[in-house]
Amino acid sequence: MSRPTILTGRSVVDGFAEGEALVTSQEISGFGGTDAATGQIIEVHHELYGRSFKDKVLVFPGAKGSSGWASHFQSARVHGTAPAAMIFNIMTTKMALGAIVTRVPAVTDLDQDPIRIIRTGDWVKVDGTRGVVEITPKPV
Amino acid sequence: MKLTDEEQQVLDGAEGKARAHAMDLLVRYGKALGAETLVNTNNVCGGFVGALPGRRDLLPQISDGEKRDMDAVYSLLNLDSDVRLEIPKTKAMTYRLIDAMDPDKAEVQGVSAQTRQIVKDVNRFCQKIGVNTCNTCTPYQIGNVPVFGEHCAWMESSAVVYINSVLGARSNVEGAHSASAAALVGKIPYWGYHTPEKRRGTHRVVVEYEVDSMLDWGLMGYWVGERIKTEVPVLTGISTTPTPEKLKHFGAAAASSGGIEMYHIVGVTPEARDTADAFGGNPQQDALVFGRRELEEAYGYFSTASDPNVDFVVIGCPHASLVQVKQVAELLDGKRLSPGTDLWVFTPKALKSMADRIGYTEKIEKAGGHVMSDSCAALSKVSPDNVRVAATDSAKQAHYLPATMKFPTWLGSTGQCVEAALTGRWSGGLS
Repeated sequence: MSRPTILTGRSVVDGFAEGEALVTSQEISGFGGTDAATGQIIEVHHELYGRSFKDKVLVFPGAKGSSGWASHFQSARVHGTAPAAMIFNIMTTKMALGAIVTRVPAVTDLDQDPIRIIRTGDWVKVDGTRGVVEITPKPV
Repeated sequence: MKLTDEEQQVLDGAEGKARAHAMDLLVRYGKALGAETLVNTNNVCGGFVGALPGRRDLLPQISDGEKRDMDAVYSLLNLDSDVRLEIPKTKAMTYRLIDAMDPDKAEVQGVSAQTRQIVKDVNRFCQKIGVNTCNTCTPYQIGNVPVFGEHCAWMESSAVVYINSVLGARSNVEGAHSASAAALVGKIPYWGYHTPEKRRGTHRVVVEYEVDSMLDWGLMGYWVGERIKTEVPVLTGISTTPTPEKLKHFGAAAASSGGIEMYHIVGVTPEARDTADAFGGNPQQDALVFGRRELEEAYGYFSTASDPNVDFVVIGCPHASLVQVKQVAELLDGKRLSPGTDLWVFTPKALKSMADRIGYTEKIEKAGGHVMSDSCAALSKVSPDNVRVAATDSAKQAHYLPATMKFPTWLGSTGQCVEAALTGRWSGGLS
């Protein structure tokens, strides 16, 4: 078992959560890109097409697409399909508001690129209050 | 964040609980963004209350104990409050974006009695709190034309990219909650495209292909959005002044494939008198080139349909201008649609009433088509029964229809789409 890696960044939404990472190098759409009832990615060309972010620590560049992004992720929260936490690189209004209404710990501006460091399946602890992420790699 | 005394008082509850909550949401949002202050706005466009599919599914889950009325719905869906707030009148001039249906076409759109009731309730609530129910994704086509430099809080990515880039207004792409909060307190975080720094160009796109048709402009927008994501492209090499429709389609596509909220076209848009003006001192990244090959590459993204039999043609995403309605009317004049194919043109109600008066609507409807308002296929999720294959002249609509409606969708010019509606078969493509 490898030792955990620590990344440090900035708090977006306070709180603590942990879970299995789901990582993508592609931005995610809300409306038209994800299904709030299931948490699945439905954008046809997306590399996570068909995968669900429910209860995962979602690691992604940021939000794209329709301005309904925050509404969509709020819907996911009400449906119980929201991610456990969000780690992202690119701050936009969609991303900031979306993280707030999803009401899950969220961090950005990490000292290393989380998309390169974290792999899908790694166990990730997100301290949204302090802006700290702890990664335990998935056993090989 | 640094608040003014007035803002602090609202936050402390001087103007009631709903405005205090709205201010708190804006402050948390501003902190998350990294904003230091709020800015005044008197021009808000938002999606108000959950009449749209996906959102209206949430309505039965709102439990408050005392009341499950529109105030409670608005509190949760628009202000993210678990507690029911008495919603006061909006403080900023506020406009509603797209709705769930066209009340005059509810039968044709196949809208359920339950949804019709929700739409009615929502519209009554909008009246009560002072939201102007324009019900279009293009408020800038029907009289809400911000002036250069005006701070706005608009939702709808295609509208924001238009007013930022073409008009020089200042807005980020807001969400339902931030727009609703802004409507109540007349404030929005001073961040992003409100600041001069963020509006400067970041990437040069050298346009080497003679982009001409609306399809070309839509495809170029889609390609630029794919490449430049959330930054600010500067297009050079555009030799003819594009029409508002072309810019509408360009921006809508760029905001769908990526997250473009602002672009410059040197010699065309107001903050790009020349290339240096557009970049405003920003270092110019390596230039991208958009030529015929890139146009074909962009068209290749839209390969969801293979069956040439088309049942449903969608025109008007973003909502069609009068010019577009006229074009469709002329193409259909004296003809009949293929019996198995529907053609729906979406345009704002205000433009529909002009189209009615001028006779465009009659030409389209005599041919068997429909002119609709207040709604759109992909967002309101309205369509004829049993659609198997759709066609549209909008890259944005072709982006969304396969995802939200599961329709394989052809993309082509307006002429090709009308032709498909007349023959029932797709024979379009890049010319």
